[in-house]
Amino acid sequence: MADDALEAFAAEVGASGPVAVEGARTRWSTGGQPAPGTRLLRAPEGIVEHRPEEMTVRVLAGTSVDELHRELGAAGQRTALPRRGGTVGGALAVGENDMCALGRGRVRDALLQVRYISAEGAVVTGGGPTVKNVTGYDLCRLFVGSLGTLGLIGEVILRTNPVPPVSRWLRAEGADPFAVLDVAFRPSAVLFDGATTWVHLEGHAADVEAERRALRGVPVGGDGWTECEDGPVLPPHRWSLRPCELRHLDGAALGAYVASVGVGTVFASHAPPPRPQAPALRALAERVKHAFDPGGRLNPGRHVALLVP
Amino acid sequence: MAWRATRRARPQPAAADPIVAALVAVLGHDRVRDDAAERSLLAHDASVFSGGAAGPVCFPTSTEEVQAVVRTAVAHGRAVVPRGAGTGLAGGAIPLGRPVVVVTTKMNRILEVDLDDRVAWVEPGVVNLDLSTYLRPLGYHFAPDPSSQQACTIGGNVANNSGGPHCLAYGVTGQHVLALDVVLPDGELVRLGGLDAEPPAYDLRGAFIGGEGTLGIATRIAVRITKNPPRVRTLLLGFDTIGDAATTVGRVIAAGVVPAAMEVMDRRITAAVEHFVHAGYPLDAGAVLLVEVDGLGEGTAVDAERVVEIGRANGATTVRVAATEEERALLWKGRKTAFGAVAQIAPSYYLQDTVVPRAALPGVLQSVYEIAERHGLMVVNVFHAGDGNLHPLLLFDSREQGAIERVHAAGREIVEVSLAAGGVLSGEHGVGVEKRDYMPLQFSDVDLDHQGRLRRAFDPACRANPGKVLPSGHSCADIQALERAAAGLWG
Repeated sequence: MADDALEAFAAEVGASGPVAVEGARTRWSTGGQPAPGTRLLRAPEGIVEHRPEEMTVRVLAGTSVDELHRELGAAGQRTALPRRGGTVGGALAVGENDMCALGRGRVRDALLQVRYISAEGAVVTGGGPTVKNVTGYDLCRLFVGSLGTLGLIGEVILRTNPVPPVSRWLRAEGADPFAVLDVAFRPSAVLFDGATTWVHLEGHAADVEAERRALRGVPVGGDGWTECEDGPVLPPHRWSLRPCELRHLDGAALGAYVASVGVGTVFASHAPPPRPQAPALRALAERVKHAFDPGGRLNPGRHVALLVP
Repeated sequence: MAWRATRRARPQPAAADPIVAALVAVLGHDRVRDDAAERSLLAHDASVFSGGAAGPVCFPTSTEEVQAVVRTAVAHGRAVVPRGAGTGLAGGAIPLGRPVVVVTTKMNRILEVDLDDRVAWVEPGVVNLDLSTYLRPLGYHFAPDPSSQQACTIGGNVANNSGGPHCLAYGVTGQHVLALDVVLPDGELVRLGGLDAEPPAYDLRGAFIGGEGTLGIATRIAVRITKNPPRVRTLLLGFDTIGDAATTVGRVIAAGVVPAAMEVMDRRITAAVEHFVHAGYPLDAGAVLLVEVDGLGEGTAVDAERVVEIGRANGATTVRVAATEEERALLWKGRKTAFGAVAQIAPSYYLQDTVVPRAALPGVLQSVYEIAERHGLMVVNVFHAGDGNLHPLLLFDSREQGAIERVHAAGREIVEVSLAAGGVLSGEHGVGVEKRDYMPLQFSDVDLDHQGRLRRAFDPACRANPGKVLPSGHSCADIQALERAAAGLWG
């Protein structure tokens, strides 16, 4: 069934003319919009096979992330894909991590096998179906965050993980988030907006309790640590910083922000500035793009950061 | 050292390689070697392959020197093969067609450790275990822990995307590298990846890792460092059959427990190891399962209990919990020295590295024993059962007529059985020359063509470690001499 769906998708993609895949448009303008005249297609949908004992799920790219997580959740598992709507293929093509990446893992580590449609309209497989695999070049990592500019993702196998038995959000005013990161062993998230610190703890009940006790060692203002339903609402833009840079954030440049401590992502109301590009790296990225899509027909108008004209 | 001085005193070959003078101009006489002994030594790695032929051997000490060596090789139209400690098991470091060999072992400094970024910058020649030893007082370690970790280098780990027992929970090297400074095959220097959360570019760092030296040479590596777990519990379960041990592994994962490590050793290897380290492994068991859970105190107790419960339900006859750190270290010493202990049984071994779905482990193991028996070979199994990564060791004596051919035939059948069970060729050792010609068993022509595109984007002139990873026809324009050398590898 999955193979038929992929072949049909490949036939739709064909071998000529500008083409892009439309998911749920939750990150549609990332890297720019497809050029006018680009044919928009939808990737096939459906969960092909969840194998809890292998910690893998095979899923077609047009499937919604919410639906995937509902299905996996019923069997006590989840993936690293971010919980913010959208499709599986879109989430991988954009490559953004969940705000609880410390606990849920990173998207780049979750993709075990990718089957994509090449610029020539062929079905290509990269990676493999097992949780451990170093056979050949790692096309999976290359595809995460490539914005559909190297191939159009049709079907993937993702690593799944058990959902921990207990999950708690705590918040406090005036707690140093770096001190929190030091005392907690494996928090799923430590978030900070300049005044409030949120901590997400997951694991066995006794371990979550132990982590809570450890947090008492961090000086806080107000009422101390209180439980809350969820983490903070995240501003729309993402800044990618080094974790150490979060000690000295520039509020004026960021606007309102929530910083993911220990990770380096800062969710901000202002967009990040463009980055300088090293010429040798840019040349390498251009060679990669040209090798996979010599005619430039895949997602024209959309560029990963290094190739912004 | 005396032995080194002795070898250096040997006369140089009469017809000196024309590139040698240019390399000497870059590195000086001390760090360019072209004598027959050195080149013969570096024609091998830890694999069973012969037929390699090294050109001049260079020992650079900086990124700039690596660039200069690579540019010199480009100017002379020569290929370049990087090499760490030479512990690779797939022949990835075996030089084919007399390339310039760039040994990174003199680039062995830990440059910087930043606890806010949870990162260590290292040179490629830093030995894997040395980094974790250095980090221990800070409460951190480098998670990938290959069995060769006392000798293998982090540059080699990057080239092979190496694993180790604890990669079950923590992932292989690719998951622990944030950024790399890479000298590309044309001598250009690029930084791939970054220390920031989501570097906005193609993940060329991810694509580079596991490239086996065919995409360039990493000269500075930023690795993620991992907090040491406050509590570690190590269990040893004995079973009557290896099938019961393998079944237990699948059931543990299915129950939602992901231990840090789950390793299986069969009866023969357990006996050999016990003779060697005296760890108290049960000698009457058909197989032993070594399980480690780590984390906070109470959670690890819950997980350990669950593992024991599942083990007993699936036929565990003995259960031992390491009571002290010394006992734990001894149990692991047994596992990590298993390959060395094999020498008690036979002079040579050939090791496969396929991965199969956990559910397929009992059946595939059964097939592995049958295949070995059919070819008149002894096989021992010691492997990363938690992630389905088999390591059958086919034991033989290479002096015996026809032995290597039988090993080759049995190895191929093991690969075929693993792939038929839904598995892959390599879990952590890489492809090198060993599995290069098996690649079409796992990938279609179109798949291999796309891997070749990535290769050529990094190395359009095909000068970086030619003849590795991709079978001829999919790799770079093949050099005639290279093909002749490759054909004799099993000799």
